Amino acid sequence: MNTITDAFHLALNLIWQFDAELMRIIGLSLRVSLSAVVIGSIIGLPLGAFLALARFPGRHACIVVLNASMGLPPVVVGLVVYLILSRSGPLGTFGWLFTAAGMVVAQVVLITPIVAALSRQVVADLWSEYEEQLRSLGLTRLGAIATLLWDGRFSLSTAVLAGFGRAIAEVGAIIIVGGNIAGVTRTMTTAISLETSRGDLALAMALGIVLLTIAITINAAATTLGNAARRAQGA
Amino acid sequence: MQRRHFLGLMAGIALTFSSSLALAQDKFIVVASTTSTEQSGLFGHILPLFTKKTGIAVRVVAQGTGQALKTGEKGDADVVFVHDPVAEQKFVEAGFGVDRKPVMYNDFVIVGPKSDPAKVMGSRNVLDSYKKIAAAKAPFASRGDSSGTHAAELRIWKESGIDVKTAGEGWYRETGSGMGPTLNTASAMNAYAFTDRGTWLSFKNRGDLVIAVEGDVKLFNQYGVMLVNPAKHAHVKVTEGKAFIDWLTSKEGQDAIAAYKIGGEQLFFPNYKPGQNS
Repeated sequence: MNTITDAFHLALNLIWQFDAELMRIIGLSLRVSLSAVVIGSIIGLPLGAFLALARFPGRHACIVVLNASMGLPPVVVGLVVYLILSRSGPLGTFGWLFTAAGMVVAQVVLITPIVAALSRQVVADLWSEYEEQLRSLGLTRLGAIATLLWDGRFSLSTAVLAGFGRAIAEVGAIIIVGGNIAGVTRTMTTAISLETSRGDLALAMALGIVLLTIAITINAAATTLGNAARRAQGA
Repeated sequence: MQRRHFLGLMAGIALTFSSSLALAQDKFIVVASTTSTEQSGLFGHILPLFTKKTGIAVRVVAQGTGQALKTGEKGDADVVFVHDPVAEQKFVEAGFGVDRKPVMYNDFVIVGPKSDPAKVMGSRNVLDSYKKIAAAKAPFASRGDSSGTHAAELRIWKESGIDVKTAGEGWYRETGSGMGPTLNTASAMNAYAFTDRGTWLSFKNRGDLVIAVEGDVKLFNQYGVMLVNPAKHAHVKVTEGKAFIDWLTSKEGQDAIAAYKIGGEQLFFPNYKPGQNS
């Protein structure tokens, strides 16, 4: 009767027993979201820094669009990526629809604006603080991109973590693009969605608890590593 | 220097992940099917048998019948396995599917709260029950999602002479979602709902709901399977897809379907007759 208490027991049991299916689902969730974060950061960090430092006509419009894109509805992104990756769509020949690769594409679209928008702010602040110093070293605005990204790496890790948080938690995009196929594209969030629709609320909630635990663990690990690195460098 | 190490590390991570994603590309087909076959657990029971015999993995995308046919139409699946004979016929006639075969049937039931405000409990007459539910303005939760179940529900409303579009007054509620979520809604607001028996039997969050109406021939629910037309979509895996269709309609496949039970109750009744094509 008491779904929430049941859920906690079930969650502990699932983790304790190292349930093979659950481990595979967790593994896939992490692989997809971490891949998306890495790709999203490789694109988003330099893009954010470029928008912070470069001066060109239409830059403000770009920034407005970028900031607005942080709130892209996952279900819309899912639908658009679905249509693009569909066999009848422009990138249909890859056959990426209903695969993990397709889910990564959708999440990259979701995450990149978040990483870029947040890192733009960080880099802009750093530039206003160190402009004179950097100029005296003979660096131009664009030449300073790499330096500022490196100097701001600890603050930028927050941008990357925000992107990861979005990726691991969203269901709207990957359930459309991935199709929630058992053993192939079933992730934590799509499994929760499925169990809810089967009326197995305790199991759905248990999976939710497992997901939250993983997200907290990863964030804690990232913070600890960051602090250790900062101390080691005396920064 | 440190920066280079960092970038190298990132690239390394990216490569590792992308290569691990590319694995597991063995022989497989994509089957667009319905939530009722997936959520009832039927696929979990029969697919491993097929895969064991043929080495072909089956990736099931569970959608409503309308969406599953659309997925086939766009060429995103190799096989479509749904339950809406009228829509299936149109799909084949429009040239999107070939090799359509009837596979099995189950039946629909109307579930409702134990308190039974419309006094239909135990009835075997679905038209009469619908009229009573409408007359009592008892809450009724509909899928409202163009699925096979939704289409069947609407056909019966039409036959009973009640126009639910104008019925209004808040008793007829479209959830716009799958069978499970609709049953969740019905259970939460003690509404009647039209569901396939399989999803109902495997559904856990029943609350006060019980089966109210069953056993009318109008509640018959036929499933059909067909190959997405390779003439429209050249990448369709014809050999593997045909192997799946042939297996489903073989004695072995039909026996496997009949053997699936929940709580001793058989969910699907195989009814393919050799040589039967449509």
